[in-house]
Amino acid sequence: MLPSLSVPHPEDQRWQPVIGTMRRHGFASEALIETLHTVQSAFGYLDLEALRFVAANLRVPLSRVYGVATFYHLFTLTPPARHTCVVCTGTACHIKGAGKILAAAEKVLGLTPGETSPDGSVALHVERCIGSCGPAPLVVYDDEVVGYLTPDLAVKRTQDWMSHVK
Amino acid sequence: MLNDKLAQIASDEQEAGKKYKHQIHVCVASGCLTAHSDKIKDALSAEVERRGLTGECQVKGVGCLGLCAGGPTVSVDGAFYQQVTESDAAEIVANLGKAPVSRLEVPADQPFFGRQMKIVLENSGKIDPTRIEDYIAVGGYSVLQKVLNTLSPAEVLDQVSRSGLRGRGGAGYPTGLKWGTVAKNQGPQKYVICNADEGDPGAFMDRSVLESDPHRVLEGMAIAAYAVGASRGYLYVRAEYPLAIGHLKNAITQAERLGLLGNRIFDNPFSFHLEVRVGAGAYVCGEETALIASIEGKRGTPSPRPPYPAEHGLWGCPTLINNVETYANVTPILRNGGDWYAAIGKDKSKGTKVFSMTGEINNTGVIEVPMGITLREIIYEIGGGLPEGKRFKAVQTGGPGGGCIPEQYLDTPIDYESLTKLGSMMGSGGMIVIGETTCMVDMAKFFMEFCMSESCGKCVPCRVGTAEMYDLLDKITRGEATLDDLAMLEKLADMVKSMSLCGLGQGAPSPVQSTLRYFREEYIAHIVDKHCPAGVCNIAVAERTTA
Repeated sequence: MLPSLSVPHPEDQRWQPVIGTMRRHGFASEALIETLHTVQSAFGYLDLEALRFVAANLRVPLSRVYGVATFYHLFTLTPPARHTCVVCTGTACHIKGAGKILAAAEKVLGLTPGETSPDGSVALHVERCIGSCGPAPLVVYDDEVVGYLTPDLAVKRTQDWMSHVK
Repeated sequence: MLNDKLAQIASDEQEAGKKYKHQIHVCVASGCLTAHSDKIKDALSAEVERRGLTGECQVKGVGCLGLCAGGPTVSVDGAFYQQVTESDAAEIVANLGKAPVSRLEVPADQPFFGRQMKIVLENSGKIDPTRIEDYIAVGGYSVLQKVLNTLSPAEVLDQVSRSGLRGRGGAGYPTGLKWGTVAKNQGPQKYVICNADEGDPGAFMDRSVLESDPHRVLEGMAIAAYAVGASRGYLYVRAEYPLAIGHLKNAITQAERLGLLGNRIFDNPFSFHLEVRVGAGAYVCGEETALIASIEGKRGTPSPRPPYPAEHGLWGCPTLINNVETYANVTPILRNGGDWYAAIGKDKSKGTKVFSMTGEINNTGVIEVPMGITLREIIYEIGGGLPEGKRFKAVQTGGPGGGCIPEQYLDTPIDYESLTKLGSMMGSGGMIVIGETTCMVDMAKFFMEFCMSESCGKCVPCRVGTAEMYDLLDKITRGEATLDDLAMLEKLADMVKSMSLCGLGQGAPSPVQSTLRYFREEYIAHIVDKHCPAGVCNIAVAERTTA
C-alpha cells in the first residue's frame, strides 16, 4: 500500500498530516483535493516539491495536480504574507460602498488586490462574500472582522492596523 | 437496542432541561460570532456562576436566531435581545425572572418574528448544534427510526412526492420525481450527495441551517438514502464555511458513535456512511456535474446533461444530489405526512422557503416564509423596509443567474413560476434589496464580473461571452459606449444564454437582461447623456468636477 513514500525532508514533521490524509483515502487519486488542502494548511501554500510528492504518491500525472491546484481559487502556489487585509466585495458590501472601502485600503497599503508587499509582511485581498452581511461593508484584518465602515473609517482602521503589524 | 436508547436519551435530556428555571441562548453562528458573541456567552456564564445560579439558569450557545442585523443576539426566556455586549451580562442576569431589559429588547410583536413560518429553521436558535442529545431531545432521529422500522422505500417516496417539495437549490425540480429516478436506476452502488456549496454572493441560508441544526440535514440524507437505495453519501461544503464544516464533522462522529450512521441502523439491513468533502473556492462547483467531478478529485468542470447524475453520477453510479434546504425539509415531511406539507404554500410551490435578506434593508437576516407570501410583505413587514427612509428600487433574487424585480411587481406572490415570469428566479434564496442610490448598470456589471471570473473555461460561449459582455458593461459605466454597443450586448446576452454548457453561463446574462427590461433608461442615460442617474459610475464624478 505504501508506494514511493520518499518524503522530501523526512525530518520536517509537517509532512506527517499530508501522508496521513493520503493514507486515510488509501492513496486513491480521488484524495487529490483533500490532500492539497492538507498540504496548504501545513505549509501555507503549495510549492512544486509538494505537488510532485502528491502526484507521485496518488499516482496522478503532475499536469493534473497542477491543473487542480490552479483551478481552485483557494489554493495558492506562493507563500502567504504574514498579515492579510481582506476587503469583502460581496453583493451586500458592494451595494453599501465596498468599492470605496477597497480604494481606501489600496491607497493606505500601496497594494492592489492580490498583491503582497515586497517584504512579504502584508497582503491585500478581496473576497466574494464572507457571509456576515449584517454589518456591511466590512474588512477582515487578519482574524478581526470590522464592519459598518465608511471610506474615512477604513483609512483610519487600515492605518492603525498597518502600524500595529509592521 | 438503539431503538430504546434513542427514547432514553430524549427523556434524559428533557428531564435535565426541566431543572432549569431560566434559559439564556446566545447565537454563536458565523454572523454573531464575528461580533464576538462567544465572549458574550462566556461573560453570561461567568455572571450566572458568580450569582450562584448555575443550578437554575442554563447558558447555551445556539445557532442562528435570524435577525443578523441585531447581532450579537441573545434570547432570554423567550425575550429577544439585540446588540448585546459583554458589559450587558450583569444586567441581563440580574433581571432573570423579572421584566426583560427594555434597553436591549426587540418587541416580541415585531413582524419580523410574527410573519415567519418555521419548518426548516424550527430548531435554529433553540438547540446547541454541537450536541446530538439536544437534537434528539426535540425529536431528532425519531423520524428516521419510524421510517426504517415501519415504512418501505416506496412509501417514503410516495410521501415526498405527495408533499410537492421542489429542489431548494434554485431550479425547483420536483424532489419526489428525482428520488424516484434514482430509486429506479439499478446499480451495485448508489450515492446521495448534499450540495452545500452555497456560492451566490449575498446568500447564506444554507450556512445558517448547517451551523444551527446539522443533524437535521444528516437525518434527511439518511432517509433519502433509504428511499433511493444508497449506502454512501457525501456532504460537499464550501471551504469558506469553516464553522459549518466543523459542526458537520462533529455531527457525523456523534451519529456514528450512537449507531445512527453506519451499518445496520436501528437493527435494519439499511447501512449509510457519510463523509464531508470540502470545496476549494470554485463557484461553478455548485453545478451538480462539476460538484461530482470535484468530489472525484478533479477540476470542477461541468459535463453535458443528459446523462443526469440520477443515472450516471459519482463514479458513474446512480446519484441523488439535493441542496441543504431540500434535505432539511425531509424530516418534517415524513414526520407529519406529505399532505400536511402540501397544504402549505400555493399550487405549484409547496411549503416554505428560507431567504437571506441583505442590502438596503433594516432587518438583515435569515427568514423562513410560506410560499405565496408577497415580496412587499417580506421586504416591508418582515424586513422592516429600507433604512433612513431610502426609496426602494429593486430586489435582486436568484444570485448571479437571477434578476432584479422592480417596485411595480412587489405584490407578486413568491413562487417558482412567478419569479421566472418576471425575468428573475427563485434561486437558492439570496434576496438583495437595492435602493435608489444603486446604479443598475453597475449592478449588472458587478454580477457579470463575478460570472466572468468564475467561468470554468470549458465552453467558449461562457468563457469568451462573459468577458465580452463585461467589457461592454464597463464601457457603458465609463460613459464611452454607443447604442451599437448596447445592441451588441443584447445579442451577446441571447447567445451566451442559449449556447452555454451549464447553469453558470446560461444564467450569466440574466442580470443584464432583467435590468435592461426594467431599467433601460439607466443604460440610455449612461450612453446618450453620459450621466449615471444614481451617481455611482465614474462619469458622474467627472461631470461634477467640470460643473
